[in-house]
Amino acid sequence: MLGKGIVLGLAETARNFFGSFFYRARLTTVQFPEERLPQIEAARNFPFLVFDGADWQQGMRCVACQICEKECPPKCILIEKSKDKKPDATGKPQFYPAVFNIDVSVCMSCQICVEVCPFDAIKMDVDFELSTYDRFGGLLWDKQRLSKSNEHYHQIHPTEAAAVDAALAAEREKLAAKARAANAPPANAAPSTSAPATAEGQA
Amino acid sequence: MSIFMLHLHAWIHALASSALGHALWMVVPVLVVFPALFAVTTLLERKGLGRIQNRYGPNRAGPWGLLQPMADAIKALTKEDVVPEAADRLVHFCAPVLMVLSAFLVYAVVPVSRTWVVAPLRAGVLFFFAAGSLMEIAVFMAGWSSRSQYSLLGAMRALAQMISYEIPLVLSAMVAVMAAGSLSMVEIVRRQAGYSGIWPHWFVLTPWGLAGFVLFLIAATAESNRSPFDLPEGESEIIAGYYIEYSGFKFALFFLAEYLGMFAISALGITLFLGGWSAPFAFLTWIPSWIWFFAKLLALIAGFIWIRGTLPRLRMDQLMRFAWEFLLPLTLCHLFVAGVWKFFPTGAARWLGCAGVLLAVYWLLGRRLEQSGGLARRTYHFAE
Repeated sequence: MLGKGIVLGLAETARNFFGSFFYRARLTTVQFPEERLPQIEAARNFPFLVFDGADWQQGMRCVACQICEKECPPKCILIEKSKDKKPDATGKPQFYPAVFNIDVSVCMSCQICVEVCPFDAIKMDVDFELSTYDRFGGLLWDKQRLSKSNEHYHQIHPTEAAAVDAALAAEREKLAAKARAANAPPANAAPSTSAPATAEGQA
Repeated sequence: MSIFMLHLHAWIHALASSALGHALWMVVPVLVVFPALFAVTTLLERKGLGRIQNRYGPNRAGPWGLLQPMADAIKALTKEDVVPEAADRLVHFCAPVLMVLSAFLVYAVVPVSRTWVVAPLRAGVLFFFAAGSLMEIAVFMAGWSSRSQYSLLGAMRALAQMISYEIPLVLSAMVAVMAAGSLSMVEIVRRQAGYSGIWPHWFVLTPWGLAGFVLFLIAATAESNRSPFDLPEGESEIIAGYYIEYSGFKFALFFLAEYLGMFAISALGITLFLGGWSAPFAFLTWIPSWIWFFAKLLALIAGFIWIRGTLPRLRMDQLMRFAWEFLLPLTLCHLFVAGVWKFFPTGAARWLGCAGVLLAVYWLLGRRLEQSGGLARRTYHFAE
Protein backbone atom coordinates (compact mmCIF):
# COMPACT_ATOMS: atom_id res chain seq x y z
CA MET A 1 0.00 0.00 0.00
CA LEU A 2 1.20 3.48 -0.84
CA GLY A 3 2.77 5.19 2.14
CA LYS A 4 4.04 2.10 3.94
CA GLY A 5 7.63 3.02 3.23
CA ILE A 6 7.05 6.55 4.48
CA VAL A 7 5.67 5.29 7.78
CA LEU A 8 8.58 2.87 8.20
CA GLY A 9 11.03 5.68 7.43
CA LEU A 10 9.37 7.99 9.93
CA ALA A 11 9.62 5.26 12.56
CA GLU A 12 13.30 4.81 11.81
CA THR A 13 14.12 8.51 12.11
CA ALA A 14 12.08 8.75 15.31
CA ARG A 15 14.10 5.85 16.71
CA ASN A 16 17.29 7.70 15.79
CA PHE A 17 16.03 10.92 17.31
CA PHE A 18 15.02 9.51 20.69
CA GLY A 19 17.81 6.94 20.74
CA SER A 20 20.42 9.67 20.48
CA PHE A 21 19.24 11.03 23.84
CA PHE A 22 19.45 7.68 25.62
CA TYR A 23 22.30 5.74 24.05
CA ARG A 24 25.67 7.45 24.08
CA ALA A 25 26.98 4.91 21.58
CA ARG A 26 24.73 6.40 18.89
CA LEU A 27 26.46 9.77 19.00
CA THR A 28 29.81 9.02 17.48
CA THR A 29 30.80 12.67 17.12
CA VAL A 30 34.08 13.59 18.82
CA GLN A 31 33.69 17.12 20.19
CA PHE A 32 36.98 18.20 18.72
CA PRO A 33 38.73 20.95 20.64
CA GLU A 34 37.75 19.37 23.97
CA GLU A 35 37.90 15.74 22.93
CA ARG A 36 40.58 14.29 20.70
CA LEU A 37 41.14 10.92 19.18
CA PRO A 38 44.62 9.47 19.73
CA GLN A 39 46.95 10.44 16.90
CA ILE A 40 47.62 7.74 14.32
CA GLU A 41 51.33 6.93 14.15
CA ALA A 42 51.53 7.37 10.41
CA ALA A 43 49.98 10.83 10.55
CA ARG A 44 51.96 13.65 8.97
CA ASN A 45 51.38 17.29 8.33
CA PHE A 46 54.38 19.58 8.22
CA PRO A 47 58.15 18.89 8.21
CA PHE A 48 60.55 19.69 11.03
CA LEU A 49 64.35 19.59 11.34
CA VAL A 50 65.71 16.92 13.66
CA PHE A 51 68.55 17.71 16.04
CA ASP A 52 70.45 15.37 18.32
CA GLY A 53 71.44 16.23 21.86
CA ALA A 54 70.31 19.26 23.81
CA ASP A 55 71.40 22.22 21.66
CA TRP A 56 69.41 22.67 18.48
CA GLN A 57 72.13 24.63 16.70
CA GLN A 58 74.91 22.26 17.59
CA GLY A 59 72.97 19.04 17.06
CA MET A 60 71.23 19.92 13.84
CA ARG A 61 71.57 17.05 11.38
CA CYS A 62 71.01 19.21 8.33
CA VAL A 63 74.17 19.91 6.33
CA ALA A 64 72.53 22.33 3.89
CA CYS A 65 72.90 20.01 0.89
CA GLN A 66 69.77 21.67 -0.56
CA ILE A 67 68.37 18.49 -2.10
CA CYS A 68 65.02 19.02 -0.40
CA GLU A 69 64.94 22.60 -1.62
CA LYS A 70 65.40 21.40 -5.19
CA GLU A 71 62.93 18.53 -4.89
CA CYS A 72 60.15 20.41 -3.12
CA PRO A 73 57.26 20.51 -5.66
CA PRO A 74 55.64 23.76 -4.48
CA LYS A 75 59.06 25.32 -3.72
CA CYS A 76 58.27 26.23 -0.16
CA ILE A 77 61.78 25.59 1.22
CA LEU A 78 64.48 28.25 1.22
CA ILE A 79 68.03 27.27 2.24
CA GLU A 80 71.18 29.37 2.39
CA LYS A 81 74.34 27.38 2.88
CA SER A 82 76.83 28.56 5.50
CA LYS A 83 80.32 29.74 4.51
CA ASP A 84 82.05 28.04 7.41
CA LYS A 85 81.86 24.53 8.81
CA LYS A 86 80.71 23.54 12.25
CA PRO A 87 81.09 20.22 14.03
CA ASP A 88 77.83 18.32 13.88
CA ALA A 89 76.40 15.94 16.46
CA THR A 90 79.05 13.34 15.73
CA GLY A 91 81.82 15.90 15.93
CA LYS A 92 82.51 15.93 12.22
CA PRO A 93 82.90 19.40 10.63
CA GLN A 94 80.00 20.08 8.29
CA PHE A 95 78.27 22.91 6.49
CA TYR A 96 75.07 23.99 8.13
CA PRO A 97 72.07 26.00 6.92
CA ALA A 98 72.58 29.69 7.62
CA VAL A 99 68.93 30.16 6.65
CA PHE A 100 66.31 27.42 6.51
CA ASN A 101 62.76 28.65 5.96
CA ILE A 102 59.60 26.74 5.11
CA ASP A 103 56.38 28.51 4.19
CA VAL A 104 53.46 26.80 5.97
CA SER A 105 50.92 28.26 3.58
CA VAL A 106 52.70 26.77 0.55
CA CYS A 107 53.72 23.36 1.91
CA MET A 108 51.45 20.60 0.66
CA SER A 109 52.56 17.92 3.15
CA CYS A 110 53.83 15.60 0.40
CA GLN A 111 56.81 14.33 2.43
CA ILE A 112 59.13 14.37 -0.60
CA CYS A 113 61.72 16.40 1.35
CA VAL A 114 61.76 13.59 3.92
CA GLU A 115 62.14 10.91 1.25
CA VAL A 116 65.10 12.58 -0.45
CA CYS A 117 67.06 13.66 2.63
CA PRO A 118 70.25 11.54 2.82
CA PHE A 119 70.99 12.68 6.38
CA ASP A 120 67.62 11.89 8.05
CA ALA A 121 67.60 15.54 9.00
CA ILE A 122 64.04 16.45 8.02
CA LYS A 123 60.98 14.51 9.16
CA MET A 124 57.22 15.02 9.21
CA ASP A 125 55.53 16.40 12.31
CA VAL A 126 51.96 15.58 13.32
CA ASP A 127 50.97 19.02 14.62
CA PHE A 128 48.21 20.36 12.40
CA GLU A 129 46.98 23.41 14.33
CA LEU A 130 49.24 25.90 12.61
CA SER A 131 46.74 28.71 12.08
CA THR A 132 47.86 32.17 13.01
CA TYR A 133 46.62 35.74 12.93
CA ASP A 134 49.86 36.92 11.30
CA ARG A 135 49.66 35.56 7.79
CA PHE A 136 53.16 36.69 6.76
CA GLY A 137 55.57 36.20 9.65
CA GLY A 138 53.42 33.64 11.41
CA LEU A 139 53.34 31.30 8.44
CA LEU A 140 57.02 31.53 7.49
CA TRP A 141 58.90 29.23 9.84
CA ASP A 142 62.63 29.79 10.31
CA LYS A 143 65.14 27.11 11.28
CA GLN A 144 64.78 27.71 15.00
CA ARG A 145 61.06 27.18 14.86
CA LEU A 146 61.50 24.17 12.59
CA SER A 147 64.02 22.48 14.87
CA LYS A 148 62.68 19.72 17.06
CA SER A 149 64.63 17.20 19.09
CA ASN A 150 65.11 13.56 18.23
CA GLU A 151 63.18 12.78 21.42
CA HIS A 152 60.19 14.57 19.93
CA TYR A 153 60.59 12.44 16.82
CA HIS A 154 60.59 9.32 18.97
CA GLN A 155 57.46 10.52 20.67
CA ILE A 156 55.41 11.10 17.52
CA HIS A 157 56.71 8.29 15.28
CA PRO A 158 58.26 5.69 17.63
CA THR A 159 58.69 2.84 15.11
CA GLU A 160 60.07 5.01 12.35
CA ALA A 161 62.40 6.90 14.69
CA ALA A 162 63.80 3.67 16.12
CA ALA A 163 64.53 2.41 12.60
CA VAL A 164 66.23 5.68 11.68
CA ASP A 165 68.32 5.61 14.86
CA ALA A 166 69.36 2.02 14.17
CA ALA A 167 70.34 2.85 10.59
CA LEU A 168 72.33 5.90 11.72
CA ALA A 169 74.07 3.88 14.42
CA ALA A 170 74.94 1.16 11.90
CA GLU A 171 76.38 3.77 9.55
CA ARG A 172 78.43 5.37 12.31
CA GLU A 173 79.68 1.93 13.31
CA LYS A 174 80.66 1.25 9.73
CA LEU A 175 82.54 4.54 9.49
CA ALA A 176 84.24 3.87 12.79
CA ALA A 177 85.28 0.40 11.60
CA LYS A 178 86.68 1.88 8.39
CA ALA A 179 88.56 4.47 10.38
CA ARG A 180 89.93 1.77 12.66
CA ALA A 181 91.04 -0.25 9.64
CA ALA A 182 92.73 2.75 8.08
CA ASN A 183 94.52 3.60 11.30
CA ALA A 184 95.60 0.01 11.92
CA PRO A 185 99.41 -0.74 11.59
CA PRO A 186 100.43 -2.19 8.18
CA ALA A 187 102.03 -5.25 9.93
CA ASN A 188 98.59 -6.84 10.25
CA ALA A 189 98.18 -7.02 6.47
CA ALA A 190 96.35 -10.32 6.35
CA PRO A 191 93.47 -9.38 8.70
CA SER A 192 93.17 -5.91 7.16
CA THR A 193 92.47 -7.35 3.69
CA SER A 194 89.77 -9.58 5.08
CA ALA A 195 88.19 -6.77 7.12
CA PRO A 196 86.83 -4.74 4.17
CA ALA A 197 85.50 -7.96 2.64
CA THR A 198 83.45 -8.74 5.72
CA ALA A 199 82.31 -5.15 5.95
CA GLU A 200 81.15 -5.31 2.34
CA GLY A 201 79.49 -8.62 3.01
CA GLN A 202 77.59 -7.06 5.90
CA ALA A 203 76.56 -4.09 3.86
CA MET B 1 3.79 65.62 37.39
CA SER B 2 0.38 64.19 38.10
CA ILE B 3 -1.07 66.29 35.33
CA PHE B 4 1.47 64.85 33.01
CA MET B 5 0.53 61.33 34.13
CA LEU B 6 -3.12 62.09 33.57
CA HIS B 7 -2.38 63.31 30.09
CA LEU B 8 -0.35 60.22 29.40
CA HIS B 9 -3.14 58.05 30.70
CA ALA B 10 -5.69 59.74 28.50
CA TRP B 11 -3.36 59.57 25.56
CA ILE B 12 -2.87 55.82 26.00
CA HIS B 13 -6.63 55.35 26.22
CA ALA B 14 -7.20 57.34 23.08
CA LEU B 15 -4.46 55.45 21.33
CA ALA B 16 -5.81 52.05 22.33
CA SER B 17 -9.22 52.82 20.91
CA SER B 18 -7.91 54.41 17.71
CA ALA B 19 -7.00 52.66 14.50
CA LEU B 20 -3.32 53.26 15.14
CA GLY B 21 -3.66 51.74 18.59
CA HIS B 22 -5.36 48.73 17.13
CA ALA B 23 -2.57 48.39 14.62
CA LEU B 24 0.09 48.65 17.31
CA TRP B 25 -1.72 46.25 19.61
CA MET B 26 -2.42 43.63 16.94
CA VAL B 27 0.18 44.02 14.23
CA VAL B 28 3.36 44.56 16.22
CA PRO B 29 3.07 41.25 18.08
CA VAL B 30 2.73 39.48 14.74
CA LEU B 31 5.82 41.24 13.45
CA VAL B 32 7.73 40.30 16.59
CA VAL B 33 6.47 36.87 17.59
CA PHE B 34 6.64 35.08 14.25
CA PRO B 35 10.15 36.23 13.27
CA ALA B 36 11.24 35.24 16.78
CA LEU B 37 9.65 31.87 16.21
CA PHE B 38 11.60 31.71 12.96
CA ALA B 39 14.86 32.20 14.85
CA VAL B 40 13.94 29.50 17.35
CA THR B 41 12.81 27.16 14.59
CA THR B 42 16.07 27.39 12.64
CA LEU B 43 17.89 26.25 15.76
CA LEU B 44 15.37 23.54 16.63
CA GLU B 45 15.39 22.29 13.07
CA ARG B 46 19.14 21.98 12.93
CA LYS B 47 19.20 20.34 16.35
CA GLY B 48 16.39 17.97 15.44
CA LEU B 49 17.88 17.03 12.09
CA GLY B 50 21.17 16.44 13.87
CA ARG B 51 19.58 14.07 16.34
CA ILE B 52 17.78 12.25 13.54
CA GLN B 53 21.18 11.71 11.94
CA ASN B 54 22.78 10.84 15.30
CA ARG B 55 24.68 14.10 15.53
CA TYR B 56 24.60 16.85 18.15
CA GLY B 57 23.64 19.70 15.87
CA PRO B 58 24.88 23.25 16.55
CA ASN B 59 26.24 23.42 20.11
CA ARG B 60 29.05 25.95 19.95
CA ALA B 61 27.45 29.41 20.08
CA GLY B 62 26.35 29.96 23.66
CA PRO B 63 25.12 27.25 26.01
CA TRP B 64 23.75 24.30 24.00
CA GLY B 65 24.09 26.42 20.87
CA LEU B 66 21.25 28.69 21.95
CA LEU B 67 22.91 31.76 20.43
CA GLN B 68 23.22 30.11 17.02
CA PRO B 69 20.34 32.13 15.47
CA MET B 70 22.09 35.29 16.69
CA ALA B 71 25.35 34.18 15.08
CA ASP B 72 23.50 33.34 11.86
CA ALA B 73 21.84 36.75 11.85
CA ILE B 74 25.13 38.57 12.36
CA LYS B 75 26.69 36.54 9.61
CA ALA B 76 23.83 37.26 7.20
CA LEU B 77 23.81 40.97 7.98
CA THR B 78 27.54 41.47 7.63
CA LYS B 79 27.89 39.58 4.37
CA GLU B 80 28.45 41.44 1.15
CA ASP B 81 25.30 41.99 -0.87
CA VAL B 82 26.25 40.80 -4.35
CA VAL B 83 24.00 41.58 -7.31
CA PRO B 84 24.88 39.99 -10.65
CA GLU B 85 25.95 42.47 -13.27
CA ALA B 86 23.38 41.22 -15.77
CA ALA B 87 20.57 41.18 -13.24
CA ASP B 88 17.51 43.38 -13.40
CA ARG B 89 18.43 45.35 -10.30
CA LEU B 90 15.00 46.68 -9.42
CA VAL B 91 13.21 43.36 -9.71
CA HIS B 92 16.13 41.64 -8.05
CA PHE B 93 15.67 43.96 -5.09
CA CYS B 94 11.88 43.74 -5.03
CA ALA B 95 11.64 39.97 -5.05
CA PRO B 96 12.73 39.28 -1.45
CA VAL B 97 10.76 42.27 -0.20
CA LEU B 98 7.60 41.08 -1.91
CA MET B 99 8.22 37.59 -0.63
CA VAL B 100 8.43 38.73 3.00
CA LEU B 101 5.51 41.07 2.46
CA SER B 102 3.27 38.29 1.20
CA ALA B 103 4.44 36.03 4.00
CA PHE B 104 3.45 38.65 6.58
CA LEU B 105 0.22 39.62 4.84
CA VAL B 106 -1.45 36.29 5.40
CA TYR B 107 -1.06 36.59 9.18
CA ALA B 108 -3.66 39.34 9.05
CA VAL B 109 -6.50 36.84 9.02
CA VAL B 110 -5.06 34.17 11.34
CA PRO B 111 -6.90 34.01 14.66
CA VAL B 112 -4.02 33.46 17.08
CA SER B 113 -6.18 33.59 20.17
CA ARG B 114 -9.75 34.23 21.25
CA THR B 115 -9.23 37.96 20.79
CA TRP B 116 -6.05 38.31 18.73
CA VAL B 117 -6.77 38.52 15.05
CA VAL B 118 -5.52 41.51 13.08
CA ALA B 119 -8.29 41.63 10.49
CA PRO B 120 -11.31 39.36 11.08
CA LEU B 121 -12.28 39.35 7.40
CA ARG B 122 -15.45 37.59 6.36
CA ALA B 123 -13.58 35.97 3.47
CA GLY B 124 -10.46 35.23 5.48
CA VAL B 125 -9.63 31.91 3.83
CA LEU B 126 -9.95 33.49 0.41
CA PHE B 127 -7.69 36.36 1.46
CA PHE B 128 -5.17 33.87 2.82
CA PHE B 129 -4.86 32.03 -0.47
CA ALA B 130 -4.88 35.22 -2.53
CA ALA B 131 -2.17 36.91 -0.49
CA GLY B 132 -0.25 33.67 -0.24
CA SER B 133 -0.02 33.31 -4.01
CA LEU B 134 1.87 36.59 -4.16
CA MET B 135 4.75 34.44 -3.02
CA GLU B 136 4.74 32.64 -6.36
CA ILE B 137 5.17 35.94 -8.16
CA ALA B 138 8.03 36.86 -5.84
CA VAL B 139 9.70 33.52 -6.51
CA PHE B 140 9.48 33.99 -10.23
CA MET B 141 10.69 37.58 -9.96
CA ALA B 142 13.74 36.32 -8.08
CA GLY B 143 14.40 33.59 -10.61
CA TRP B 144 13.88 35.79 -13.63
CA SER B 145 15.72 38.90 -12.49
CA SER B 146 18.89 37.07 -11.46
CA ARG B 147 19.57 36.12 -15.08
CA SER B 148 21.05 32.79 -14.13
CA GLN B 149 20.06 29.44 -15.58
CA TYR B 150 19.94 27.86 -12.17
CA SER B 151 17.65 30.55 -10.77
CA LEU B 152 15.36 30.35 -13.75
CA LEU B 153 15.14 26.57 -13.56
CA GLY B 154 14.48 26.83 -9.84
CA ALA B 155 11.81 29.46 -10.36
CA MET B 156 10.10 27.42 -13.08
CA ARG B 157 10.13 24.36 -10.89
CA ALA B 158 8.77 26.42 -8.01
CA LEU B 159 5.98 27.86 -10.14
CA ALA B 160 4.98 24.50 -11.58
CA GLN B 161 4.99 22.98 -8.14
CA MET B 162 3.19 25.78 -6.31
CA ILE B 163 0.47 26.10 -8.89
CA SER B 164 -0.04 22.34 -9.09
CA TYR B 165 -0.27 21.93 -5.35
CA GLU B 166 -2.40 24.99 -4.80
CA ILE B 167 -5.36 23.04 -6.21
CA PRO B 168 -5.29 20.14 -3.73
CA LEU B 169 -4.45 22.65 -1.02
CA VAL B 170 -7.50 24.77 -1.67
CA LEU B 171 -9.76 21.76 -2.30
CA SER B 172 -8.73 20.10 0.96
CA ALA B 173 -9.24 23.37 2.79
CA MET B 174 -12.73 23.66 1.27
CA VAL B 175 -14.14 20.83 3.39
CA ALA B 176 -13.60 22.87 6.54
CA VAL B 177 -15.20 25.87 4.88
CA MET B 178 -18.16 23.68 3.85
CA ALA B 179 -18.55 22.25 7.33
CA ALA B 180 -18.34 25.64 9.00
CA GLY B 181 -20.46 27.32 6.36
CA SER B 182 -18.20 30.34 6.40
CA LEU B 183 -15.03 31.65 4.81
CA SER B 184 -14.18 33.59 7.94
CA MET B 185 -11.35 32.01 9.85
CA VAL B 186 -12.67 33.34 13.15
CA GLU B 187 -16.02 31.69 12.45
CA ILE B 188 -14.38 28.40 11.44
CA VAL B 189 -12.52 28.25 14.74
CA ARG B 190 -15.63 29.20 16.71
CA ARG B 191 -17.51 26.30 15.11
CA GLN B 192 -14.83 23.90 16.40
CA ALA B 193 -14.48 25.41 19.85
CA GLY B 194 -17.46 23.56 21.38
CA TYR B 195 -17.26 20.32 23.33
CA SER B 196 -19.26 17.07 23.58
CA GLY B 197 -18.42 15.85 27.06
CA ILE B 198 -14.70 16.47 27.21
CA TRP B 199 -14.12 15.98 23.48
CA PRO B 200 -13.76 18.99 21.21
CA HIS B 201 -15.62 19.50 17.93
CA TRP B 202 -12.44 19.68 15.90
CA PHE B 203 -12.88 18.76 12.26
CA VAL B 204 -9.82 16.54 12.42
CA LEU B 205 -11.76 14.10 14.60
CA THR B 206 -14.07 13.16 11.73
CA PRO B 207 -12.95 10.84 8.91
CA TRP B 208 -13.20 13.57 6.25
CA GLY B 209 -11.49 16.01 8.59
CA LEU B 210 -8.60 13.67 9.26
CA ALA B 211 -8.21 12.89 5.56
CA GLY B 212 -8.51 16.59 4.77
CA PHE B 213 -5.88 17.42 7.36
CA VAL B 214 -3.42 14.88 5.94
CA LEU B 215 -4.06 16.01 2.37
CA PHE B 216 -3.75 19.61 3.45
CA LEU B 217 -0.43 18.91 5.16
CA ILE B 218 0.96 17.17 2.07
CA ALA B 219 -0.08 20.03 -0.17
CA ALA B 220 1.17 22.55 2.42
CA THR B 221 4.58 20.89 2.49
CA ALA B 222 4.78 21.26 -1.27
CA GLU B 223 3.41 24.79 -1.13
CA SER B 224 6.03 25.93 1.35
CA ASN B 225 8.80 24.26 -0.70
CA ARG B 226 9.83 21.97 2.10
CA SER B 227 11.44 18.57 1.86
CA PRO B 228 10.53 16.17 0.25
CA PHE B 229 9.08 18.74 -2.16
CA ASP B 230 12.07 21.09 -2.08
CA LEU B 231 12.85 20.74 -5.79
CA PRO B 232 12.92 24.50 -6.42
CA GLU B 233 16.00 24.72 -4.23
CA GLY B 234 17.38 21.22 -4.74
CA GLU B 235 20.98 21.69 -3.66
CA SER B 236 22.31 18.68 -5.52
CA GLU B 237 20.73 19.63 -8.84
CA ILE B 238 20.33 23.39 -9.11
CA ILE B 239 22.34 24.48 -6.07
CA ALA B 240 19.89 26.86 -4.44
CA GLY B 241 17.23 27.37 -7.07
CA TYR B 242 15.67 30.77 -7.45
CA TYR B 243 17.68 32.49 -4.72
CA ILE B 244 21.08 31.33 -5.86
CA GLU B 245 22.09 34.89 -6.80
CA TYR B 246 21.15 36.34 -3.45
CA SER B 247 23.47 36.83 -0.54
CA GLY B 248 23.57 38.52 2.81
CA PHE B 249 20.45 40.22 4.00
CA LYS B 250 18.36 39.48 0.92
CA PHE B 251 19.10 35.79 1.29
CA ALA B 252 18.10 36.06 4.93
CA LEU B 253 14.83 37.64 3.82
CA PHE B 254 14.11 34.68 1.54
CA PHE B 255 14.92 32.35 4.37
CA LEU B 256 12.65 34.29 6.70
CA ALA B 257 9.83 34.35 4.16
CA GLU B 258 10.10 30.64 3.60
CA TYR B 259 9.74 29.87 7.28
CA LEU B 260 7.02 32.47 7.76
CA GLY B 261 5.17 30.82 4.89
CA MET B 262 5.50 27.47 6.60
CA PHE B 263 4.20 28.89 9.90
CA ALA B 264 1.34 30.62 8.11
CA ILE B 265 0.23 27.51 6.29
CA SER B 266 0.55 25.52 9.52
CA ALA B 267 -1.57 28.17 11.20
CA LEU B 268 -4.15 27.77 8.45
CA GLY B 269 -4.14 24.01 8.97
CA ILE B 270 -4.59 24.50 12.69
CA THR B 271 -7.43 26.92 12.10
CA LEU B 272 -9.23 24.71 9.60
CA PHE B 273 -8.82 21.29 11.17
CA LEU B 274 -7.23 21.46 14.63
CA GLY B 275 -9.64 23.89 16.21
CA GLY B 276 -7.39 26.97 16.09
CA TRP B 277 -6.89 28.36 19.57
CA SER B 278 -9.36 26.00 21.26
CA ALA B 279 -8.17 23.60 23.97
CA PRO B 280 -8.08 19.87 23.17
CA PHE B 281 -10.23 18.96 26.17
CA ALA B 282 -13.08 20.77 27.83
CA PHE B 283 -11.32 20.79 31.22
CA LEU B 284 -8.26 22.56 29.77
CA THR B 285 -10.05 25.69 28.58
CA TRP B 286 -8.64 27.71 31.52
CA ILE B 287 -5.23 27.76 29.81
CA PRO B 288 -4.93 30.93 27.64
CA SER B 289 -6.03 30.29 24.09
CA TRP B 290 -2.86 31.62 22.45
CA ILE B 291 -0.83 28.97 24.31
CA TRP B 292 -2.88 26.29 22.61
CA PHE B 293 -2.39 27.92 19.25
CA PHE B 294 1.39 28.07 19.62
CA ALA B 295 1.55 24.57 21.08
CA LYS B 296 -0.22 23.24 18.01
CA LEU B 297 1.99 25.35 15.75
CA LEU B 298 5.16 23.99 17.36
CA ALA B 299 3.83 20.45 17.06
CA LEU B 300 3.20 20.94 13.34
CA ILE B 301 6.66 22.48 12.89
CA ALA B 302 8.16 19.46 14.64
CA GLY B 303 6.24 17.30 12.18
CA PHE B 304 7.65 19.24 9.25
CA ILE B 305 11.17 18.84 10.62
CA TRP B 306 10.61 15.13 11.18
CA ILE B 307 9.46 14.70 7.60
CA ARG B 308 12.39 16.71 6.32
CA GLY B 309 14.76 14.46 8.22
CA THR B 310 13.14 11.34 6.81
CA LEU B 311 12.21 11.66 3.16
CA PRO B 312 14.51 12.19 0.19
CA ARG B 313 13.60 14.67 -2.50
CA LEU B 314 11.16 13.71 -5.25
CA ARG B 315 11.93 13.86 -8.92
CA MET B 316 10.12 16.48 -10.99
CA ASP B 317 7.96 14.02 -12.91
CA GLN B 318 7.12 12.15 -9.70
CA LEU B 319 6.12 15.43 -8.13
CA MET B 320 3.78 16.37 -10.95
CA ARG B 321 2.31 12.90 -11.25
CA PHE B 322 1.71 12.81 -7.52
CA ALA B 323 -0.16 16.11 -7.65
CA TRP B 324 -2.32 15.49 -10.71
CA GLU B 325 -2.84 11.73 -10.69
CA PHE B 326 -3.10 11.13 -6.99
CA LEU B 327 -3.77 14.20 -4.86
CA LEU B 328 -6.26 15.87 -7.17
CA PRO B 329 -8.64 12.88 -7.61
CA LEU B 330 -8.31 12.07 -3.94
CA THR B 331 -9.20 15.60 -2.86
CA LEU B 332 -12.18 15.59 -5.23
CA CYS B 333 -13.48 12.32 -3.75
CA HIS B 334 -12.79 13.67 -0.33
CA LEU B 335 -14.75 16.81 -1.10
CA PHE B 336 -17.67 14.63 -2.19
CA VAL B 337 -17.49 12.50 0.97
CA ALA B 338 -17.39 15.59 3.15
CA GLY B 339 -20.39 16.93 1.22
CA VAL B 340 -22.61 13.90 1.69
CA TRP B 341 -21.58 13.51 5.35
CA LYS B 342 -24.27 15.97 6.38
CA PHE B 343 -27.06 13.95 4.79
CA PHE B 344 -26.49 10.78 6.80
CA PRO B 345 -27.72 10.23 10.35
CA THR B 346 -25.16 10.64 13.11
CA GLY B 347 -23.59 7.40 14.30
CA ALA B 348 -20.89 4.81 13.90
CA ALA B 349 -22.22 3.66 10.52
CA ARG B 350 -21.69 7.10 8.98
CA TRP B 351 -18.23 7.30 10.49
CA LEU B 352 -17.13 3.88 9.29
CA GLY B 353 -18.78 4.31 5.89
CA CYS B 354 -17.05 7.59 5.21
CA ALA B 355 -13.68 6.31 6.42
CA GLY B 356 -14.12 3.17 4.33
CA VAL B 357 -14.87 5.08 1.14
CA LEU B 358 -11.87 7.38 1.66
CA LEU B 359 -9.55 4.46 2.42
CA ALA B 360 -10.80 2.54 -0.63
CA VAL B 361 -10.18 5.52 -2.91
CA TYR B 362 -6.77 6.05 -1.34
CA TRP B 363 -5.88 2.40 -1.83
CA LEU B 364 -7.03 2.32 -5.46
CA LEU B 365 -5.29 5.56 -6.41
CA GLY B 366 -2.15 4.52 -4.59
CA ARG B 367 -2.09 1.18 -6.35
CA ARG B 368 -2.58 2.86 -9.68
CA LEU B 369 0.23 5.31 -8.94
CA GLU B 370 2.56 2.49 -8.00
CA GLN B 371 1.64 0.29 -10.95
CA SER B 372 1.66 3.00 -13.59
CA GLY B 373 5.31 3.54 -12.82
CA GLY B 374 4.74 7.02 -11.51
CA LEU B 375 7.05 6.46 -8.59
CA ALA B 376 9.26 3.88 -10.27
CA ARG B 377 12.69 4.25 -11.79
CA ARG B 378 12.60 6.31 -14.92
CA THR B 379 14.13 5.00 -18.13
CA TYR B 380 15.86 7.65 -20.15
CA HIS B 381 15.80 7.05 -23.87
CA PHE B 382 18.42 9.51 -24.94
CA ALA B 383 20.49 10.32 -21.91
CA GLU B 384 21.84 6.85 -21.14
